[in-house]
Amino acid sequence: MRFTLSEDQQEIKRTAKDLLAARSGVAALRQHAEAGTYDDALWKELSELGWPGIAVSEEHGGQGLGLVELCVLVEELGYACAAVPFLGSALAALALEQADETEWLPRLASGEARGAFGAAGTLIPDAAGADVVVVIDREGHGTLVEGSAVEVVDAIDSTRRYGEVQDAQGEPLGDVCAALGRALVVVSAELVGVSQRTLDMSIEYVKDRKQFGVPVGTFQAVQHKAAQMLLDTEGGRSATYFAAWTADAGAHAEGGSAERLAVAAASAKAWTSDRARDTTASAIQLHGGIGFTWEADVHWFYKRAQLDAAFLGGGAEHRARISQLVAAERAGATA
Amino acid sequence: MDLTFTESETAFRDELRDWLATNPPGPEPEGEDAGYNWRRDWQRKLNEGGWAGVHWPTEYGGRGASLMETAIFFEEMGKAKAPLPANVLGLLLAGPTIMIWGTPEQKERYLQPILSADEIWCQGFSEPDAGSDLAALKTRAVKDGDEWVVTGQKVWTSGAQYSKWCMLVARTDQDAPKHKGLSYFLMDMEQPGVQVVPLKQITGDPEFNELFIEEARIPDENLLGGVGNGWKVALTTLMNERAGLGFFLQVRLRQLVDELYDEAASSGMLDDPRVADALADLHIRTEILRLTAYRGLSVIEQYGQPGPEGSLVKWLWSETNQILTQLAPGIVGPDALTAGTRWSYELLRARGNTIEGGTTEILKNIIAERVLGLPRAGRNAPGRRDAGPTAVRTTAGGDS
Repeated sequence: MRFTLSEDQQEIKRTAKDLLAARSGVAALRQHAEAGTYDDALWKELSELGWPGIAVSEEHGGQGLGLVELCVLVEELGYACAAVPFLGSALAALALEQADETEWLPRLASGEARGAFGAAGTLIPDAAGADVVVVIDREGHGTLVEGSAVEVVDAIDSTRRYGEVQDAQGEPLGDVCAALGRALVVVSAELVGVSQRTLDMSIEYVKDRKQFGVPVGTFQAVQHKAAQMLLDTEGGRSATYFAAWTADAGAHAEGGSAERLAVAAASAKAWTSDRARDTTASAIQLHGGIGFTWEADVHWFYKRAQLDAAFLGGGAEHRARISQLVAAERAGATA
Repeated sequence: MDLTFTESETAFRDELRDWLATNPPGPEPEGEDAGYNWRRDWQRKLNEGGWAGVHWPTEYGGRGASLMETAIFFEEMGKAKAPLPANVLGLLLAGPTIMIWGTPEQKERYLQPILSADEIWCQGFSEPDAGSDLAALKTRAVKDGDEWVVTGQKVWTSGAQYSKWCMLVARTDQDAPKHKGLSYFLMDMEQPGVQVVPLKQITGDPEFNELFIEEARIPDENLLGGVGNGWKVALTTLMNERAGLGFFLQVRLRQLVDELYDEAASSGMLDDPRVADALADLHIRTEILRLTAYRGLSVIEQYGQPGPEGSLVKWLWSETNQILTQLAPGIVGPDALTAGTRWSYELLRARGNTIEGGTTEILKNIIAERVLGLPRAGRNAPGRRDAGPTAVRTTAGGDS
């Protein structure tokens, strides 16, 4: 067993981190968040590098890598809170791949078209401006809807464009439950990145900020809050990459099953939804009065965490699902 | 990333499972002494099968298992509902410390009887005034010819009544700075100067003891690591507390979560969304505990030193066990609050989890300082570097 990223996966992570640090620092983030625009130049660059198609199969123009690799990229995009329509396109591609609806896949993989994925009547990230939206219903069936059906919503997270689809009229895609499970893992990865960033920002701040003649980071009340942020972030990372690996390889491993992936994905999303909101809230608290100002950059991450946490269901919803699945599995095991 | 066991890890697990199938531990008998005898016999059985020193190097009679195999060993022991061996402190703490610091004569003398459970060990570290601040300990050892005369008091000494030997840290230099004046001794418990007094805890059980040491005698040759080197040697012991036990505890936790699920399902309580939510939260926590423990091991195996996740396991385990045992009465009913039942015992025993082996507060201090790189708290703030290593202890039981 080796629960660490492989050399190749680490290389992807390093490359992504370096590129986003250079191209999507807080100044760029602020510029686009305040203007309510995507960073088109960055999106073009990422598209040329093949990022949107990282997990799309090669036959449909992607790189054919796994969910772990996709999560590595998304974690870094979350860390940067980058203003690019990556998440929506990646999730739409997962659903289209499962439904074997290949018309849009090459264009989503190349970044030429933009996609989105989500439930009717909810705030769907990257839906505004998307060419196509995969709308899922309660039974996990998807419908491919044209972007024109999207009602634009001005969400509190202005680092990306949100929209709603009220009436999902379009091409039926059938069962996309597996893609939904994968999507939960990808959103969890983004929340891990968001959490990690606000933890890092907070550590820098409390080391520097002095009160009573000493850095506030010497106070145990501050230290213990930071330690909790670490636990919450690392716990989310464990759950997320386990679920991603389960999706990629678990089917072949001992005891691998759709239920196991569903439990693993729901666990990751439940934990990261709750804990990333806690962590980003703690980051505002640890920044003190400054953290509450528009000037400080913590709030972009706090807002992103709120939207991501609600997207595809929050902690309570996924815990309810977990209990159903675990109880069913136990009933099967003891029957 | 590959979360399947390698071929050799699978072979290791299968061999162990086969052995366990033909050598089942059986049910735990009633009574403290009977329980101890059961755990001693269990260790002898393990030793005959070559499993007692699973992580010990082969040159010392161990199996030479890797970290991952050791984790598998403890997981399988938990799954088989096997007890911890009677000499768990000898196997996990004293043995590895002697391997690193002992003279050839000491290794020759002490290691084999640890494996065979012929000589049981206890740990004499904590004192009434030296808990988190371990280096503040006051037990003194004074040189008298080629012997040391020891006087002082130790506390939280589990298994002392069964022990032949004690890992004793005592102050040998009153004038040296607090960490420098300590020495590490291998003290014979069978002598008039050592009195063992049971310490009753909130469960009503005397799981721990107090040691009253009055002019006990220790020959010079029983110093481990040299005079004045006790802090360093003690750190070796404390660092070894991580070795694998977390995996045993994690499996136990999983078994309890599953039991509560079964209970709630059969009584219909699982239909209550609050119960379903609480159980799912426990499921997630337990799973994240397991995964984070494996991540921590993988990092050590690959990079030779622990990453940030390694420090979180004991904290997460202790907190989760407390949440679980507090939830149980609501699901199990009056039985869980009736004196003498297993659930009521677990409920009370769990309070110790966030204290023993490093309190959660100290643990958070250590994480803040060593993992997150925050500046050290003020001079008088409790638990800065003094108690550092205790924070990584993962054993269940005070100085156990």
